[in-house]
Amino acid sequence: MIPPQFDYHAPGGLDEALGLLGELDDAKVMSGGQSLLPMMKLRLAGPANLVDIGRIPGLDTIKERDGCLRIGANVTEAQLEESAVVAERYPILLDTARVIADPLVRNRATVCGNLAHGDPANDHPATMLALRAHVIATGPGGERTIDIDDFFHGLFMTALGEDEILTELHIPVPSPGSGGAYVKLERKVGDYAVAGAAVQLTLDKDGKVTKAGVGLTNLSFSPIRASAAEETLLGADFVPAGGLRGAIERVRDAITRASGADDIIAAAAQAAADVTEPVADRRGSVEYKRNMARVLTARAIRTALERAVAGG
Amino acid sequence: MATHQISVTVNGEAHAAEVESRTLLVHLIRDELRLTGTHIGCDTTHCGACTVLLGGKPTKSCTVLAIQADGCEIGTVEGLAGADGMHPLQEGFWEKHGLQCGFCTPGMLMTGAALLAENPNPSEGEIREAISGNLCRCTGYVNIVKAVRYAADKMGAAAAETANAATDGEDN
Repeated sequence: MIPPQFDYHAPGGLDEALGLLGELDDAKVMSGGQSLLPMMKLRLAGPANLVDIGRIPGLDTIKERDGCLRIGANVTEAQLEESAVVAERYPILLDTARVIADPLVRNRATVCGNLAHGDPANDHPATMLALRAHVIATGPGGERTIDIDDFFHGLFMTALGEDEILTELHIPVPSPGSGGAYVKLERKVGDYAVAGAAVQLTLDKDGKVTKAGVGLTNLSFSPIRASAAEETLLGADFVPAGGLRGAIERVRDAITRASGADDIIAAAAQAAADVTEPVADRRGSVEYKRNMARVLTARAIRTALERAVAGG
Repeated sequence: MATHQISVTVNGEAHAAEVESRTLLVHLIRDELRLTGTHIGCDTTHCGACTVLLGGKPTKSCTVLAIQADGCEIGTVEGLAGADGMHPLQEGFWEKHGLQCGFCTPGMLMTGAALLAENPNPSEGEIREAISGNLCRCTGYVNIVKAVRYAADKMGAAAAETANAATDGEDN
């Protein structure tokens, strides 16, 4: 399958790219092209113009600065998997990158593209909701910052204007005592999620949850923030009296032994399942997907807690 | 219809080509350069039969525009064998029966070559993870994994021999 005809443009800089978006009709921005090109081949998309930002220098870095992890527009999933700072401080990002498509696709697919595409089946949106990320959109008037909660407008629709490019993603550097996890159920490598859950938690010195983020994948027409689940987790005390430090196996036991921990996790997971609006398809029925949302959220909470305690 | 002049280096050889915007890399390789070892399987980014090395990284060439490869180094299965015969990976697929119908083999070989370049001594799990984007519908995965391990062992032994020879040379 060859895509329908279009004109290809490869601007060498951001200003040139923005100029092209301003003057061309029906232009679409592309970086890795791992979602857009298949859609064009299948005639699900047919832009008259492609503006390939893949050759613009300076958009391919991952760095922490001014309290944020900054991920440039051309950073690939493979780069995320290889990044030392991600491995050390953002295990939830590593969880997410590793279950996206397959290793070959991840050599070209970009993190920012995973968001800009606006597909609720993509995995990074839930993780970015859990991490309370911000999207930097650059347009003719300069940069603007979009809260991740305002970014997704529905199936393949986002807050990005037609004359804007998603240039960077900002993730707040987690405070000490933080941990996160992304858990995805997929039928086989490379498939979209049957369901997915992202959880990011911060515990204070006494083991109380002070920050909670819960995002869900492919369980509605948009990525979902499970606010009720977050509220259930906030203020919960997962660490038994006397505290705990040490090996991850002991942490797992201790979390289970903390008084009421199982009940809180179960209640939060149920609250997450309750806000889902899945559609029945070959990946499962509505009931099955909703139940998987509950199961995966509980698992993600447990792993996030273990990591928060072990790392904090 | 707008066409573009591009230049690519394929298996070390420079090529110039005129391509449409929409020409896919796999069509440039197969139809223009006549390197038909790279296969087209699913055509939907799933199967990996079209895997080539783009800038050293295994990539599904049905999901890259030819023009995106302008100025890049490309490696295809035709470039694997050297003057002294088959690449150890090709030998491994031969020795370990790593193929039945053979359709996925060029892609498996390119993914395997990239893995061994990055990780000369991969575990079975690492090999399985690396080839998880390459589908074999004869389901010969067990032997494919053995073939990659065969190549790793052979290349490791060759590297050790070279290192020993170098050390011996220093002693003399």
